[in-house]
Amino acid sequence: MTGAPLIEVRDLRIDLDYGSRRVAAAEGVSFRIDRGETFGLVGESGCGKSITALALIGLLRPPLSIGGGVIRFEGQEVQHLSAARQRELRGNRIAMIFQEPMTALNPVSPVGRQIAEMFVLHKGKGWREANKLAVEALASVRVPAPERRVHDYPHQLSGGMRQRVMIAIALACGPDLLIADEPTTALDVTVQAEIIELMRNLCAERGTAILMISHDLGLVANVCRRVAVMYAGRIVEERGSADIFRAPSHPYTQGLVASLPRLGSRAALGRSRLKEIAGVVPAITNFPDGCRFNPRCAQATEICRTIVPETDRLDAGGLVRCHHHA
Amino acid sequence: MLSFLFRRLLQTIPTVLAVVALVFVLFSVAPGSIVSSMSDDSDPQVELRMKQQLGLDQPVYARFGAYIAKLATGDFGTSFRTREPVTTMIAKRIWPTLQLVFAAMALAVVIGVPLGFVAALKPGGIVDTLAMVVAVSGLSIAKFWLGLVLMYFFALKLGWLPSFGYGDGGLKYLILPAVTLGVSPMALFARTTRAAVLEIMTADFVRTARSKGMSETRVVKWHVMRNALVIILTTVGLQFGALMGQAVVVEKLFSWPGIGSLLVDSVLQRDIPAVQGSILVVVLAFLAINLLIDLLYGVIDPRIRYA
Repeated sequence: MTGAPLIEVRDLRIDLDYGSRRVAAAEGVSFRIDRGETFGLVGESGCGKSITALALIGLLRPPLSIGGGVIRFEGQEVQHLSAARQRELRGNRIAMIFQEPMTALNPVSPVGRQIAEMFVLHKGKGWREANKLAVEALASVRVPAPERRVHDYPHQLSGGMRQRVMIAIALACGPDLLIADEPTTALDVTVQAEIIELMRNLCAERGTAILMISHDLGLVANVCRRVAVMYAGRIVEERGSADIFRAPSHPYTQGLVASLPRLGSRAALGRSRLKEIAGVVPAITNFPDGCRFNPRCAQATEICRTIVPETDRLDAGGLVRCHHHA
Repeated sequence: MLSFLFRRLLQTIPTVLAVVALVFVLFSVAPGSIVSSMSDDSDPQVELRMKQQLGLDQPVYARFGAYIAKLATGDFGTSFRTREPVTTMIAKRIWPTLQLVFAAMALAVVIGVPLGFVAALKPGGIVDTLAMVVAVSGLSIAKFWLGLVLMYFFALKLGWLPSFGYGDGGLKYLILPAVTLGVSPMALFARTTRAAVLEIMTADFVRTARSKGMSETRVVKWHVMRNALVIILTTVGLQFGALMGQAVVVEKLFSWPGIGSLLVDSVLQRDIPAVQGSILVVVLAFLAINLLIDLLYGVIDPRIRYA
């Protein structure tokens, strides 16, 4: 199956049942991730990045559902697989780390057992052997004294340690794709860097591709080779992470990049306020017509208010969804 | 752990004292006494002598003090009615009550908890709707009415089971009273379990479990059950106390020779030591079970540890 991307998303739409109405929480979402690649999905909360991830792993629950489009894993459409076949992929080939290490682990089960489950579920191991493998898995995420720590319960571990446990669980079966949904947002800044390093190194060693989801453009660009920016349920720009900082093409991305604090900028430009994007993200039930960014966009013209821009290929490489892109 | 146990046992002392005091005050305020309940027009002389014999001529605080002093040595006093030591009376009655309460509780847990689980797995489904109809009905039915209906059908019409009494203590005598007593806690457990499971199913760690590629059955077995158990256990503990109280009605209805019917008979005849003793035993049983439940919390939920 060489040549086919590891995962390919085509024109994905995710519906949200909102009272008696059905609205598209995300639409026209397309991207691909190759084997061992690192891909970032960036956007403000509510832009649809987390539900896109949940759709990939088949964990959308009502009121959310896949409304259209295709998700292919190694060329195979996953949403039409049987529930049992989907479960074989989930955890085993596609694993996920969640934002809240405090609540993402079962409070009444020892962490070792929660790791060992992976080996029982996907590798056909007995509990005894699975528990031994759990110690190794815990050692691989650099938890000190793993043979003792496996007996600990989540409340006995710090946030950083819990996220290490989550990584151990996610990487236990050597998945091909790791989805990391805001993996460090709930952690102290110092711990953040450690966790990101660990995740990146382990995935690089094993050839695991990463789909990293975050609101932090700087962090994502640091970890990922390619970045897609989402706004109000659509991907507005997809670029190499160096390019997106150097020459952002979509006005929204330009705003995001301009609003990042830069070290030394105060010395160069004098005392100035951090830039911000005027206005607020539209509510999911009230997306504007045309380009959804148009009410906040300084360059918006009549066409932006009526016609949804197509995704264009940039000469410099990358994709953008804007009527006025450079 | 041991020091926790010791502290908890010490804490029961004020509770017991408060219960004893309350019953004492109630009976001294309530009109009538064992003497007046025996006959309507007895000789005042005889009445006075009886009161002296029973110590009822003493003021309440003196009687209370004497009772507490005896209680501290494990003496529950002597029944006004039968002249038997209250401990002996209770010893004879405690087993049938425990049998009844535990049978009702077992029935309620064995049916109610799984029913709640099944209902929660498909909320809004047919099983859920049926289970909740059963649960609401179970909670709403009056015990004495249910008992009479069961007697009518299973004893009178079908003749499968004895209508009342303890008989030789066999199982067939236990069934009807236990069902009568067990229906409302069963309904309550079904509802509590359903609510607990539904809440836990939305927890982040359940999403994690699903992301591991687990089937829903495994998610429930490995991750939901134990978390739900903590909530269910609380309800079970509280229901034990309620059942000890509700047993009074059921025991009276089925002429079941337990603490409940002893209590009712003793109240009617103002047999204060027997009333005191029965209530005390019920309270002690309630406290003991709650202590046990607290210890079980520690076993089930690792976040709870007693130092």
